[in-house]
Amino acid sequence: MALPVYASPLERIWHYTYLVICALIFLFLIAPILIVIPLSFNAEPYFTFTEKMLSLDPAGYSLRWYDLLLTQPSMPTDVPRDAAWWAQVWQESIWIRAAKNSVIIGVFSTIVATVLGTIAALGLSRPEMPYRRVVMAILISPMIVPIIITATGLFFFYSNPCALLNWTGLADQCGRLTGSYLGVVLAHATLGIPFVIITVTATLIGFDQSLNRAAASLGAPPTTTFFKVTMPLILPGVISGALFAFVTSFDEVVVVLFVAAHDQQTIPRQMWNGIREQISPAILAVATILVIISVGMLATLELLRRRSERLRGVTPA
Amino acid sequence: MAEVSAAAVGLTTADGRPLRTALATAQQRAKRRAFLLVLPLLAFIVITFIVPIGQMMHQAVYNDGFSANMPRLSAWFAEHPVGTDPDEPAWQALALDLQDAATAKTAGVVGTRVNYQMSGTRSLFTSTARKAKDFAPPYRDAVIAADKKWDDPELWGTMRQVSRAYSLNFFLAALDMTQDRQGMIVAMPEDRQIYVDLFVKTFLLAGLITLTCFLLGFPIAHLLATLPLRWSNLLMILVLLPFWTSLLVRTTSWIVLLQQQGVVNSALVATGVITEEGRLQMIYNQMGTIIAMTHILLPFMILPLYSVMRPIPPSYVRAARSLGATSWTAFRRIYLPQTLPGIGAGSLLVFILAVGYYITPALVGGASGQLISNLIAFHMQDSLNWSLASALAALLLGAVLVLYWLYDRLVGIDNLKLG
Repeated sequence: MALPVYASPLERIWHYTYLVICALIFLFLIAPILIVIPLSFNAEPYFTFTEKMLSLDPAGYSLRWYDLLLTQPSMPTDVPRDAAWWAQVWQESIWIRAAKNSVIIGVFSTIVATVLGTIAALGLSRPEMPYRRVVMAILISPMIVPIIITATGLFFFYSNPCALLNWTGLADQCGRLTGSYLGVVLAHATLGIPFVIITVTATLIGFDQSLNRAAASLGAPPTTTFFKVTMPLILPGVISGALFAFVTSFDEVVVVLFVAAHDQQTIPRQMWNGIREQISPAILAVATILVIISVGMLATLELLRRRSERLRGVTPA
Repeated sequence: MAEVSAAAVGLTTADGRPLRTALATAQQRAKRRAFLLVLPLLAFIVITFIVPIGQMMHQAVYNDGFSANMPRLSAWFAEHPVGTDPDEPAWQALALDLQDAATAKTAGVVGTRVNYQMSGTRSLFTSTARKAKDFAPPYRDAVIAADKKWDDPELWGTMRQVSRAYSLNFFLAALDMTQDRQGMIVAMPEDRQIYVDLFVKTFLLAGLITLTCFLLGFPIAHLLATLPLRWSNLLMILVLLPFWTSLLVRTTSWIVLLQQQGVVNSALVATGVITEEGRLQMIYNQMGTIIAMTHILLPFMILPLYSVMRPIPPSYVRAARSLGATSWTAFRRIYLPQTLPGIGAGSLLVFILAVGYYITPALVGGASGQLISNLIAFHMQDSLNWSLASALAALLLGAVLVLYWLYDRLVGIDNLKLG
């Protein structure tokens, strides 16, 4: 992006203006995410920098909002923080309960999405796959269809999951899927599947099919070929797909709002409540923790991408 | 494959089968294998995604609130043609159905269904049902004695409409239309027309957000595409970090930044640009929706643009310059046309995502920044008019599927890239 030597003065001015504009857009992208980090250490219940914070006075900063995440209004404040206290926090803090739910739902929906999605991607990447375009369009559609429509449909479906089985007489024995972990996990798996499909098929584009044939010609059965030859090569794509699926579930709130009950409160659901009712700096403490998690995810993904490129560099294109 | 089979005529495999059939069988088997790998996921998606959406579509045209709880009167309507004045059997059916509804406590459900078509009738059903146990023949006089509003041909016309469980009434309502007593389709009264306007507003706002995403995304994608890889990978993190950060975190951040006691307003007051009283209202309105959604959807514009711009050789623009084009002409005639696939892909993707957005408008949109999705949620959760919510959702789904089809035609779903 260096300026050519023949650039006129006007072009030079434009070039530097352009760089300034780009810097401002980068600021627009990144500032809102970084701003919550210092504000979450605010000693006062304000959403702006106090004078003490600006003069870097330690008294202007505190961990009180992080502390608030652990404690409940119902818990006594003046007890020593021993093992029993921490055990109580682990059981009772609404944020820790929400975190547990988020992780449970995220892990199970990621497993479902990754296993089914990877197997399907293997089929989709074969040149013989019939109706490829239509099938692909259907499998990607949960990402495109507005989430409110998905949630509405799931609400009707979960209220009576066996409605279509009416003729068998089983409809009444099905119960409901609303307010159940299973319901939320299935829905989140559905939402994560497009990401797995996209990342794994992208990895498989660079995959050399003759490796599979070589393994087969040496006598390996299909399962051995898959686990010893294919899997290690596409693993980076699978893991990044799984990460996408996990983040999708970890960040999802609308389906949880529509089909989950109080028992399945997740972190986004809890944040939603917090923002809608009375926004307190405790939300910023949660936001900061989530930003740090997403930085970690991004770093993992970057490492995986480099590894994948290295691995694929070995095979002829 | 054609040449192979042409050459294969007359050839046989080692076990004596004609080569052509052996090949066809093998290809069939390969096809079946590939499809079997996809089948479990396809079945999963059909059950957890396609079936629920199908149920929602069904809900949009089906509402048995009246027909299930007023069986006798519904049967009378089915037997008698439009325009028949209610005779004594009709009044008897009404009275007996109301008695049953009072026992089963479903008069409210029936009233709600009629109320969707003709407002102010819900209380008529509930109050009459409370008096229904004393009804005795002649039923016409008994019912009218309970409430003289029953002697209204308009009400009977409406009841006839809702007596069929399947109807397009909710789609009509979603398009600001209704049926009059004769069953003709007419426009809603002016003051009750809200949905078409909201659809138009949703599309306009989505278009505006797509435009701002393009204006902000194009320079960034161009910069990233022309910098050396080492630098562009580093700067790419600034694009990907927002992409990976929780939606609710980003929305919270904008509330913190833009609210009246927030960072931007405080900074403006401190620097003297605005006065303490003149703090700007930048959030909980349309502007808040536009700013926050632009920020959230910007990576979806930058990434496709970048992947198209990166492979464009810089020598083309240099060639144009060497042939005497000014830098503006070279950009407009040489560079810009080559980026069109990326512009199309990014804009369509951002537009599709923006049209159906729910969370951000719900949290920062205030009253003026609400989109159609928010109204669907309102009818699902607050007004509990699920059929109307489904009809609105079906219309939105139709629009999104058309855009999705367009995206597949122009860009191809295979080219969807993430990060």
